[in-house]
Order: sequence, then C-alpha cells, then structure tokens
Amino acid sequence: MKSYIPHTVADRQRMLAAIGVASLDELFAPIPEKYLLKDELPLPLGVAEEEVFQRLKKLAALNQQKISFLGMGSYDRIVPAAVQSIASLPAFVTAYTPYQAEMSQGLLQAIFEYQSMICELTGMDVSNASLYDGFTAATEAASIMLSSRRKSDTILVSQTLHPFTLEVLKTWALGTNVKIEVVKERGRRLCVEDVEPYLHGQVAGLIVQSPNRYGIVEDYTSLAQMLHTNACQLTISSDPLALVLQKSQGEWGADIAIGDTQPLGLVNAFGGPSCGYIAVRKDLMRKIPGRVVGQTLDIRGNRGFVLTLQAREPHIKRERATSNICSNQALAALTTAAYIALVGEAGLKEVATQSYDKAHYLAGKLRGLSGISLEEESPFWCEFPLIFETPQTLERALKALSEAGIWGGVRLGKISGKAEDESTLIVAVSEKRTKEDLDLYSTTLQEALK
Amino acid sequence: MSQKLLIELSKEGRRGYRFPLSDVPSAPTLPESVRREVAPRLPEVAELDVVRHYSNLARHSFGVDYGAYPLGSCTMKYNPKLHNYVAALEGFTNIHPLQDEESVQGALEVIFNTTKALSQITGMAWGSLHPLAGAHGEYVGLKIIKAYHAKRGEEGRHKVIVPVSAHGTNPASASLNGYSIVEVATDKRGLVDVEALKGLLDESVAAIMLTNPNTLGLFEEEIGEIASLVHDCGALLYYDGANLNAILGMARPGDMGFDVVHLNLHKTFATPHGGGGPGSGPVLVTETLKPFLPIPDVIKSATGYRWQWESGSSIGRVSGFWGNFLVYLKAYAYILTMGSDGLKAVAQHAVLNANYMLAALSDYFKVPYQKRCMHEFVLSLQDYKEKWGVSANDFAKALQDYDYHPPTVYFPLIVSEALMFEPTETESVETLDGIIEALINLGKLAQSESARLKEAPLKRSVRRLDEVKAAKEPILKWQN
Repeated sequence: MKSYIPHTVADRQRMLAAIGVASLDELFAPIPEKYLLKDELPLPLGVAEEEVFQRLKKLAALNQQKISFLGMGSYDRIVPAAVQSIASLPAFVTAYTPYQAEMSQGLLQAIFEYQSMICELTGMDVSNASLYDGFTAATEAASIMLSSRRKSDTILVSQTLHPFTLEVLKTWALGTNVKIEVVKERGRRLCVEDVEPYLHGQVAGLIVQSPNRYGIVEDYTSLAQMLHTNACQLTISSDPLALVLQKSQGEWGADIAIGDTQPLGLVNAFGGPSCGYIAVRKDLMRKIPGRVVGQTLDIRGNRGFVLTLQAREPHIKRERATSNICSNQALAALTTAAYIALVGEAGLKEVATQSYDKAHYLAGKLRGLSGISLEEESPFWCEFPLIFETPQTLERALKALSEAGIWGGVRLGKISGKAEDESTLIVAVSEKRTKEDLDLYSTTLQEALK
Repeated sequence: MSQKLLIELSKEGRRGYRFPLSDVPSAPTLPESVRREVAPRLPEVAELDVVRHYSNLARHSFGVDYGAYPLGSCTMKYNPKLHNYVAALEGFTNIHPLQDEESVQGALEVIFNTTKALSQITGMAWGSLHPLAGAHGEYVGLKIIKAYHAKRGEEGRHKVIVPVSAHGTNPASASLNGYSIVEVATDKRGLVDVEALKGLLDESVAAIMLTNPNTLGLFEEEIGEIASLVHDCGALLYYDGANLNAILGMARPGDMGFDVVHLNLHKTFATPHGGGGPGSGPVLVTETLKPFLPIPDVIKSATGYRWQWESGSSIGRVSGFWGNFLVYLKAYAYILTMGSDGLKAVAQHAVLNANYMLAALSDYFKVPYQKRCMHEFVLSLQDYKEKWGVSANDFAKALQDYDYHPPTVYFPLIVSEALMFEPTETESVETLDGIIEALINLGKLAQSESARLKEAPLKRSVRRLDEVKAAKEPILKWQN
C-alpha cells in the first residue's frame, strides 16, 4: 500500500466489519454502475518517492538560470535565509484557514502583523489578509469602487498599467455591464490633467500604477482631489518596495492601495505563488474583500486574534458577498511579513535605494550608445525602458546578452501586443546585481550594437 | 496569554539582516514632488528575535503535521515532504515567468503534463492551471459558461442554480459574473430534489453548480437524469471539485455529464493549504468549451513545449502569470507518486474512514440524512442544543482540548447545529478511534456537566475569544 495511506489489511477488515459491508466496492454502491470506471485511470502506476524526485530534478534542470534583468511584475531579489526557514514551519504550512481561533493564535497574529505592515507601507487604514496577486487585486479594487458610487458602471484605467492588469480587468468585465475606459498616456506616463475629460456620472473611479509599466514614477499631485470632487475614487497600484522611496498611496490621498508583495521575500517561481495586497481608507473597511484578522479579548481579558468582519464573506453573505475570495495567499503573506520584520525599514530603504542607484548606474552606462535611446523626461526607480532603433536590433542585443549569461529584459511589445512597443525592452535592476553584472551588461550591449 | 507583537519587541537601531554594501555610486534622488514624506513604522529587531517570534507563533498554531484535522469539505490530508524538496529546486524557484519558452522547457512540461493528468482524472478534454484558488476556479469556470452562451447568442440565460446545501462561494462566484441565483431544494434523502429542479429549468438558466458527492457527503445518484434535464434546456452542468477526493479513480465528472470542473489542488492533491493559501484551482472543460479556456495554453510541438496565445473565443487572462506554479508542481509530484492505483486507493480509504467514523458515532449523535456516506458526513447536535444548551460550537471548542482540529461547524446550512467531518485517507484507524472516543466523551459531558463544554477550550494559548467585540470595535492593525 502507498505510504501515505496507513491501513493494513487487518485494519481494513476490521473497519469494513464495523461498518457492516463486505468490501470497499460496496461503499461505492451509491454511484450508479454505469459511472463506475471499469478500468484504471489512463495514468502510469505510482512510483517511489526517490524516482519522482529524480524525474522532477531532471525537469528542473531543463530550465535555464541566468543573471536576470527581468521584471515587469516579478523580480530577482535577495531573500534572507531566515525567511525561507520561517516560511517552512509546518504549523503554518499544513494549517487550513484559521477558523478555530483559539488553536490558531500564532497564525492569526502573523496575519494581523502582515496587515499592520501593509498599512504602514501604504499609509492606509485597513489591509486584508492578502489577495491572489497584484493583477487580480485590480478587479477587487474596481468592485469596491463600483459599489461605492450608486449607478456607476465604468472604471477608468491608466494606459500605463501593467498590460496584464488591463487584460485581467478586461476578462473580469466580460459578460457583465461594467465598462473599462482607458485614459491615454502621454510621454510614457499618466498626466493628471488628462483625466478630467474622462469623468462622467457613471465613472466609479480610476486605477493608476506607479512605478508604471515602464518603471516610471508617476506624479499624482491633485489627482485624488479632482476625482473626489467628481464623486470618484482613486486606486493606486504600487510595488510595495518602491513605497519606502516614493509617496505612498495614503500620501497621495488614494482610497484604495493595491499591488503584489513578490518583491518582499518571495522567489520568482515562474510567477507563482506571489501575493496580492489591498488596503483601504477606514470608511471602506466593510467593503474590503477576503479574510481580515482583528484583535479582541478572551473571556479572561487577554489579547487574542480572530477572523473578523465575516459578514462581508461568501460563507455568510453568499451571492451578496463583497467578493468570492476565500483561500488567498496566507503563507506568502506570512513570508512577506517575516521578510519585512527581518530587514526593517532601514533594510527596505537599503534595498530600494541600491536598486535605484544600480538602475541609474546602468542607464548611465547605456546612455549614448548607438542604436538605443532612454526615456529622459520622467523619473524612474529600478526599471526603465530601453528603446532600440528596430525590433531586429533589440533581438540582436538580447541574443548577445543571453550568450554572455544575462537575461537582458522583457520585450514590452510581446507583453502589450502593441506594434509601437516592439522595439522597447524593459530592464529591471535589483539590489542583487553587482557592478560587475552591470558592467557586463553595458559592455556586451556596446559590442552587440557596434 | 498572547505573545508580544513584533512592534512591541522593536528597539531603535537594532538590525535583523545585513545586505551587501552597494558597489555603485549614489544617484540623485527622486524629485521631491514624488518622494515619500513619512517613513513607515516597522519593527527593528534582530534575526534571532524574528526567528523566535515565528517559532513561538508556530507553537500556537495547528497543522496536519500536529494532529488530525477532520475539517469537512477541506480534505486536510497529509502533505508529503517530498513536495517541499521538489518545490525548492532552484530550477523551479529561480525562473522568471517572462523568460523565453526555450529556456523554461521543464516548467512548460510540468504544466502540460499536469493539465493532461487532471483531464484524465476528471474525464474532461483539457484545462487551465491559471486559477489561483478554488473560488477563482469557480469564477473562471462560470466566465467560460457565460462566454459560451454569449457566443451562441443566448445572453438571455441569466440564472445559475445552486442547491441550498452548496458552498457559499458558488453563489458568490456566479453573482460576480452577473448571474442571479436560484436555489434548488434538497429532498428527504439529502439529494437534489429533481422534481423541484424540473420546475426551475428553462431558457433563462445558464448553468447548475453541483458538488458530487454533495456537502452532506452523499452521492447525487440521479446525476444522469439531472445532466439530461440540464442539457435538454440548453444549460450547462458545473462541477465544484471540493469533494473529488471521494471518487478519485472510481468515477469521473466528465462521464457523468459535467461540462466544467474546477479542482482544489490544496485539497484533493495534497498540496499544503498554508493557513489560507496559496492554493490552486484548475478548471477543466469538455471539447466544446475548450476554445473558451483562459490564455495562454501550453502545447506540445515537434520542437518542444510552446505557449499558445491565440484563441479567438478565449475569455482572456485571469491572473498575472501562469497560476501558482509551485503549488501545481507539488500536485504533479503527488500524481506521479500515487499513480492510477494510488489515486483509486485514496478514494477507497477516504470513504472507508468516513463510514467507519459515521458508523461508530451514529449511535450517539443524530445523523440528519443517510447512514452511509462517501468521504465526509454531517451530524446534527440539535438535540444537545435543545436539551442541554450545548451547541455545535461548544463541541468544536471542547475538541480542541483533545488536540484534534474540530470539524467544520454550521455547514451545510440546511442542517441545524451541524458538525461536518472529513477524516481523509491519511488518518489511521487508531487516530479515528481517538476522535470517536473524544466525541463520545464530550457527548456524555454535555449531558452531565454542560458548563464545562461552554468554557472550552482550556488548554490553548487563549480562552474563548470574543468575536462580537472584534467585529463591533475593529482593531485591524497594531496600535500606536
């Protein structure tokens, strides 16, 4: 028998007798005969653990690893050893959602602390326990905004959102009466003065992103005020790490803050799991989706933690719930909290600043090379667009970089599907890159573009 | 007594981690107009502080690795340790989602093979691993149904039928897709009332969502007739895979006439639940619905595995990248380990364990429906509530003191004072005997000293918590 099933032959006999049936098959009598499989599933027979491990090790070895300048939503950052160790603790890994608060105090406290940290970073009042990822978080923010303005049916989105966020929103709106209207970018950023013409009585709010799809840090001065004057709300999506340098969503006056915590202690992992965050102003507290942990007291007056505000959730409200989300990314949220605890505000600033300095060092080295240009008008953080003369030069450059052991960046055209992006490469630089890596990048590119 | 919060351990100037020093010159800072003004208030603690903090929090948590976790509808089976090793391989952790296809052939093979295996296990044509949790899978599955009807010019189908016993996410996911919800009653046997269903089916119905076995742990024996009725009126049949563990390798939703299936890999396929995710909720469909699946798909070609971006009828992108890769990777390892023989044994022993518990407990507690179940069963403590004032919640809290995780309480909604048990196949008969004994003891205690149950738990890090206070005076982050 399989090692994950502990029954001996004698156990089975005793149990069947206790139930009063003669065989395992008899237990499946409620299934009509015609649906019972006559044959085994068309899968191979099971094998030993060691064989599975060797097979998957071979598959893992087929995946190539290089010095990475890939970003656009997933980043190669330093993860302290203690983070992985904490994230592996079986009490967290093998627990279900902490419905039974008294025997889940540790997990609940860890999530409460995660919520607190997200509020600190974003400058908002209330965070939930996490969402799936930063992309789907946009749909949850849109739902809150729509439910906040009566008779609204339109969500405005900035054209500078990550292209995948736009796609996820489009799917979300498909088959419903919700309209998504795109506010055109200007000079690779959203200009606040361009928003006003889009505002009308059916608009619930606007979703913007900074750093945006190009890595550019956008300026939202007076944006929140303009929206609020028009009875609309503002959602700002941000890489949470950037928030130690740039204005937080709270400082911009946003109603909703969203993003993805992957840069805070989570590995690339081919894009998942990552962890979406959402935080709101206090008056939107009862509209926030998903799990929320709150502090309370036990019957002896001692502090404790519980899942709270459950009247918003599917298991109570069913079709009137604020969202259908139940399982979220709890362990990834806990991992993020452990990362933030370890590195602290000073560490976050160090990582964000080194990423900034290194990105600007590389951009400086590339500036002036023949065949490429950089975005010079707007400030960027750790990611910037590199614009090649033609798609062909871009490919030549990527090939040369790859041969030098470097993933050179993300082809924006492939991600956005737009012809005008075909010659644009988005280059992400993390604190993990050394000067040697950066110099190798620039010299390789210089050679390739000769 | 709860332990200190990280922020209460904080001491100015203390550091928990040291990054390498920067080896490039400083760049001029961001312009003032976009620069952050007030720094976030985060803990300043040493590495050991953090490690001890979480190790102690772990002591006040409970997972499958610590004891039985018979939480109904959650399939809290053992999560094999092998999976953690596989998911920690650098070739899987250190790859970026936007690398060129040629450089991630191993990962694409995992996606392709897992999709194929799950299709075979469920009897469906093909699927998508993109959905990030069970409820997300429901949302995607219903989106596919919506797109299918729209394509046929039948946008008028605006209703989704769910049984009164359905998981709360079913109506929530349908509502999210703009559907109105119609409930179908449960008959005396605890099954869908087919006569009532007939009265609900017409050209305004888009789909019916079923869990089979249902949330009472009973197999919907008339599934064949239900499928015909639903299809005859042009609607589709949706399978909520929360309870697939009961029929793995024994029967397949595809053969029963289901058009869309979502699975919970963190239930049936032994991937850890992580205290509330990350999960994985793949969606599988019939040949007819295949063109509507999310993009991108993975295809196998002569030159290797490729992303397939084009699909005219696709509902589009449903999450940022390609789903929770490290989660379905673990499910793939599980499928390889178990194989066709092992998966069948899973269902057999899951059903054996549930029936063994039910048989032992049915002399002591009220069984609201049938005395034989599939992989889970529901008891009603209505008698205890009426006679001795002891609720299902009191029982659950008291069970904590025996070091068992309590069952699901107050679900399904059609059973008053419900306790819902799902032991899973990975628990031994000795463990089941222990839970049975504890429950019988509690039953006696409820009759003689009910106050003791109402005080429970006594042995956890805190006593019973005030949930009303938490909701009325919300404190949702650390205070100044």
